[in-house]
Amino acid sequence: MYVAVKGGERAISAAHAWLDETRRGDPAVPELTVAQIEQQMGLAVDRVMAEGSCHDRFLAALAIKQAKGDLIEAAFLLRAYRTTLPRFGASEPLETTAMRLRRRISATYKDLPGGQVLGPTFDYTHRLLDFALAAEGSECPAAPEAASPVADVPRVTELLAREGLMQREATSEAEPGDLTRQPLTFPAERPVRLQNLARGDEGFLLALGYSTQRGYGNAHPFVGEIRVGHIAVEFTPPELGFPIELGEIGITECQMVNQFKGSRTEPAQFTRGYGLVFGHGERRAMSMALVDRGLRARELDEDITAPAQDEEFVLYHSDNIEATGFVEHLKLPHYVDFQSELENLRTIRRTAEQARQEAAE
Amino acid sequence: MTTPLLKATGLNLRFGAIPALVDVAIDVAAGEVVAIVGESGSGKTTLLRVLSGMMAPDAGDVLWLGQDVLAMGEAARRRLMRTEWGYVHQNPRDGLRLGVSAGGNVGERLMAVGARHYGNIRAEALSWLAKVEIDASRIDDLPRTFSGGMQQRLQIARTLVTHPKLVFMDEPTGGLDVSVQARLLDLIRSLSRELGLSVLIVTHDIAAARLLADRILVMRRGQVVEQGLTDRVLDDPQHPYTQLLVSSVLAA
Amino acid sequence: MTITVVPPAPSTLEGYNFAYLDEATKRMIRRALLKAVAIPGHQIPFGAREMPLPYGWGTGGIQVTASILGPTDTLKVIDQGADDTTNAISIRRFFTRVAGVATTEHTAEATVVQTRHRIPERTLREDQIIVYQVPQPEPLFRLEPRRMETKRLHALADYGLMHVRLYEDIARLGHIAKAYDYPVMVNRRYLMSPSPIPAFDNPKMHRMPALQLFGAGREKRIYAIPPYTEVRSLDFEDHPFRPIRAPHACALCGSRDTYLDEVITDDAGGRLFVCSDTDFCAERQADSAKEAAE
Repeated sequence: MYVAVKGGERAISAAHAWLDETRRGDPAVPELTVAQIEQQMGLAVDRVMAEGSCHDRFLAALAIKQAKGDLIEAAFLLRAYRTTLPRFGASEPLETTAMRLRRRISATYKDLPGGQVLGPTFDYTHRLLDFALAAEGSECPAAPEAASPVADVPRVTELLAREGLMQREATSEAEPGDLTRQPLTFPAERPVRLQNLARGDEGFLLALGYSTQRGYGNAHPFVGEIRVGHIAVEFTPPELGFPIELGEIGITECQMVNQFKGSRTEPAQFTRGYGLVFGHGERRAMSMALVDRGLRARELDEDITAPAQDEEFVLYHSDNIEATGFVEHLKLPHYVDFQSELENLRTIRRTAEQARQEAAE
Repeated sequence: MTTPLLKATGLNLRFGAIPALVDVAIDVAAGEVVAIVGESGSGKTTLLRVLSGMMAPDAGDVLWLGQDVLAMGEAARRRLMRTEWGYVHQNPRDGLRLGVSAGGNVGERLMAVGARHYGNIRAEALSWLAKVEIDASRIDDLPRTFSGGMQQRLQIARTLVTHPKLVFMDEPTGGLDVSVQARLLDLIRSLSRELGLSVLIVTHDIAAARLLADRILVMRRGQVVEQGLTDRVLDDPQHPYTQLLVSSVLAA
Repeated sequence: MTITVVPPAPSTLEGYNFAYLDEATKRMIRRALLKAVAIPGHQIPFGAREMPLPYGWGTGGIQVTASILGPTDTLKVIDQGADDTTNAISIRRFFTRVAGVATTEHTAEATVVQTRHRIPERTLREDQIIVYQVPQPEPLFRLEPRRMETKRLHALADYGLMHVRLYEDIARLGHIAKAYDYPVMVNRRYLMSPSPIPAFDNPKMHRMPALQLFGAGREKRIYAIPPYTEVRSLDFEDHPFRPIRAPHACALCGSRDTYLDEVITDDAGGRLFVCSDTDFCAERQADSAKEAAE
């Protein structure tokens, strides 16, 4: 005799206990510390901070540990935590020319004020598995240090803008929208689009950015500049009326230079795609800049023909917390609607069968 | 004399430096077929879009039965567009739902105005397919399986099913073969007479205008350079541009 | 004039507000709910928050429930009509942890019922509220995925397209093929998705004495049906709406007029049908046992 699926509560508890056990893995292997993740899985921490839209290396590392290394799950944990935090206000805008740079490269000029600073990068490494890393306890020699880069590092796009070759961004004193407080509405203005992209799924942004290079969106991008480093965040408490420094955060900024053929009202000039993300995330910042430029099609009066130019498509599907929830919800029971479909299908087949028999008679 | 259904005066519109409409006035009486002819870029399609409320002019008035079309809200204009007006696009793909059966395409306008009896909707769709010479067996087929001429006839059926008073047609025979064009023109002529329709048709085809229209307006660079009864304009053109248009057809 | 300040009820989970959401968020959601009640069936955008449960797993319903719940409420949570499905248990446990409210499996005892995919068989009363979890609030989304366009269609009440879809079903299949999430017209104005309840449940929405609230977290929309509002399933005069259910009796309580789940009992075609509303079924079984004993 059929017994209704009972004991769900016990099953859930047992499943979660098992999850904890598998997270720990073989007890003979030493447990990973949050500090180790934070220090040695730094790029994973950066990605979780970006997609979790919360800059806190310790919490991101903790989330990675709790999520067993599933970075989307970790970003979800961080997001769910951050929504419960009280909100004091918004920081002053970041002035990225004042960044403490670790890396700064331009693909448009061989040399330029501030110079090219390679920094800690995978670029030009040969992707050969390094079996020396498998041996623990090996000493890592300190990297040679050069004189720190000059203080004044102007933006490449600014150099172009002074010549009139780079379109100036529209300035506005209006308070930008806040995606974490107001729902997305369309048409979406650029600040809201950039917020959405800054925490969008890296794989999604990468694929879309890539598609613009392959003819889906007609982009002709150059990396004007990528900067990676640290920057002070300032906040003006209403009681004080002047900004105070809260601390430093790590960011990556990418400015893409794109061709623009001009319109009735504007002369031909370059236009900008912009990317700014938490932590060291060049791939993410570059992809974001490509997609940002794609999404400017409407305001630049370009034909909207490609997925990366379609703002409803891009902005509604970029968030991996939303996406993973909805894709994975298909695991939940759907037997009520499925039953309705079953009965419906049986009726339709019966109707068709009757019609066929009547036709045969 | 009866008041015209549609009456427009003083229409002006510029695209940047380019004048698209210059002091255009036009009216259409009940049951009248009016053709707007001119070469491409003369402003005739723009005029059609302004008259049908799809585009706002810089200045001027458009009145439908005395009502100001340009001051109407979008809801009222859409209601007008699915009841008293019809619009036949040059490309049938713009006027049809290609993923919906022929019957569904014809039925949509009926359902949009409240028809809720499946059998009646279907009967009406069948009768309209017959009127536009599409075989009843094709009622459940998708229009993408139809030839260009059939698609255009289906678009006409879909537009006329709610018995509009005025139909805007934008180069309805545009992309079709000459033999198919002739058949379609015959169909438009007989349906408009039978139903007492008013038609405002934009075309660059002088022969089509001669066959269908009671009156002709000739446009050039946004201006109406000549207008009058079809026979008069085509047989005795006054304006040099009209003379050129007419002679170029004869020469062809 | 005196102003009574009601302090928020204490939460049972350290560090979190009563019912998880902070009071400002609850106020924002309640404002959206009031708007939704004022315009029955119309979708109101709201600033949905990230919840500690995944999007698509009931975050919209949870936020609505959290905003209307008071300490004296009694909450019932069902998924697929049952109180004991894993997601229903998980959501019920969430509210026990963060709000400490009383919970029940009995529809009659609940003041708030949060549901996924079903409406209880027992008729709801005026003093009850039903909260639906909604995955996709836009009834037109399969016909038109763009929100900018569907918003216009709603504003103009331009719903011919939905009827075309039903026409196409009948033309091709002889029946309207929609079996769940069957679109309804609310108060003769707004086309609305009833959430993926089986079409069988649609008639229960019509003039329901209880307030019906709908929350879509991922899509960030709230909508509502006030008590006793007209809710009509779309159909044709000559192809009237049919509530679909399996043509069987419940193997446990014998009911012939409730919605049934089909259960496969072996791999030789064996199957039986049981009530999807577990509370209703258990009560019927208890009643008949009592009658038998008397």
